[in-house]
Amino acid sequence: MTSRLGVPALSLLGLLALWIVAATLTADPQVLPQPFSLVAPFLSELRSGELAYHLGQTLVRVLWAFGLAMTLGMILGLLMGRFERLNRWLDPWLVVFLNLPALVLIVLCYLWIGLNETAAIVAVTLNKVPNVTVTIREGARAFSPQLDAMARVYGMSAGARLRHVLLPQLAPFVAAAARGGVAVIWKIVLVVEFLGRSSGIGFQIHLYFQLFDVGMVLIYALSFIVVMLAVEWLFLQPWERRARRWRLA
Amino acid sequence: MIRVDIRAKFFGETPVLGPVAFDIAQGETVAILGPSGIGKTTLLRIVAGLDDDFEGHVERPARLAMVFQEPTLLPWRSALKNLTLVHPDLSRKGAREMLARVGLADKERAFPGQLSLGQQRRLALARAFAGHPDLLIMDEPFVSLDPATAETMLALTERLIAEERPATLFVTHARAEAERLATRVLDLAGAPATLHPMPDRTR
Repeated sequence: MTSRLGVPALSLLGLLALWIVAATLTADPQVLPQPFSLVAPFLSELRSGELAYHLGQTLVRVLWAFGLAMTLGMILGLLMGRFERLNRWLDPWLVVFLNLPALVLIVLCYLWIGLNETAAIVAVTLNKVPNVTVTIREGARAFSPQLDAMARVYGMSAGARLRHVLLPQLAPFVAAAARGGVAVIWKIVLVVEFLGRSSGIGFQIHLYFQLFDVGMVLIYALSFIVVMLAVEWLFLQPWERRARRWRLA
Repeated sequence: MIRVDIRAKFFGETPVLGPVAFDIAQGETVAILGPSGIGKTTLLRIVAGLDDDFEGHVERPARLAMVFQEPTLLPWRSALKNLTLVHPDLSRKGAREMLARVGLADKERAFPGQLSLGQQRRLALARAFAGHPDLLIMDEPFVSLDPATAETMLALTERLIAEERPATLFVTHARAEAERLATRVLDLAGAPATLHPMPDRTR
């Protein structure tokens, strides 16, 4: 028990202690407020509904971008890992998009599509698709030729092959892409909101940045971190445990 | 009727198989005997339709089954699912009966990793026979087993073949195995490999 819950809890308390020490040394709430001084403004944001509204907006964008990026990245990665000719053609594009700064893609999407929701989600998705593709492609290259031969001899349908032969082999790679994906996507969503949306955590951070209100910036950032931790513990980790069941049995 | 008529098979410039031609009638068991590396697995992959890159022609029925050198199971699915997913027409009841026939009646929920190697091989055998194949292909099915397990597998295979009577083609490098299971033994030898003696049929 100490190792499963105790250590993470202790380590987080250590971080909190570090914050308190730093705030005490700074002695300027304008620069770094004490953690407990954030409780009252946090509660007032919560009661007014502001916090929930902006959290929800950001979360919806994260979910859209995550779903689109994972779907597109998995299709591309599977195809590129399976068909070497296609890979030779698409690989240079992949390298270009991997090295395109997130900011450039965001600005171009806003310029070309307009300052709207579509542009925001497209920008985040395009930023993440190349990473997912690269990870899934490695998985598709590692497919077992023996299981492939088995599926062909027994004439398994394409659907059954995908679901029961290919995707289970891909599960660790999907988990890696999803894990890295969620973390990167919400950060990019914040930048997208910062630059061109009038709702969401990124917009609120932009607002309080202009007011030099460090406390409110921290409240919004930390609230979303808590939401993402909940996603990790309530969805990602249980799914991974289920997919890995056969290894532990 | 299964009709195999391979004129040549190359890996790059190297000829691996020379002319290899034989028929297998329904209910007949043909063993291909030959040392390691002679091209036995290559021949089986061509007969199974896994390798189309050869000169010649193979007539095979639609319902195929193959037992590989390794069990080649789906490690992330239960023993029962390993049968029903590969054979969508097979009912759960039919799959349970098949598991019972290979002595795995109490293992339906187990993942392949929880089974011993001998049990995994029996599951692979159950998967092969569960589809009532017209042609059964086996690639050194008893290799790397201890003598007792090999004997159990051999007896089980013998019984299942007798019950289901598919046309069977299997390769081995052990003459005793070949002569025990097969109604006809063909020797594969030479480079590129051909059958010795040539089957009576002339072309």
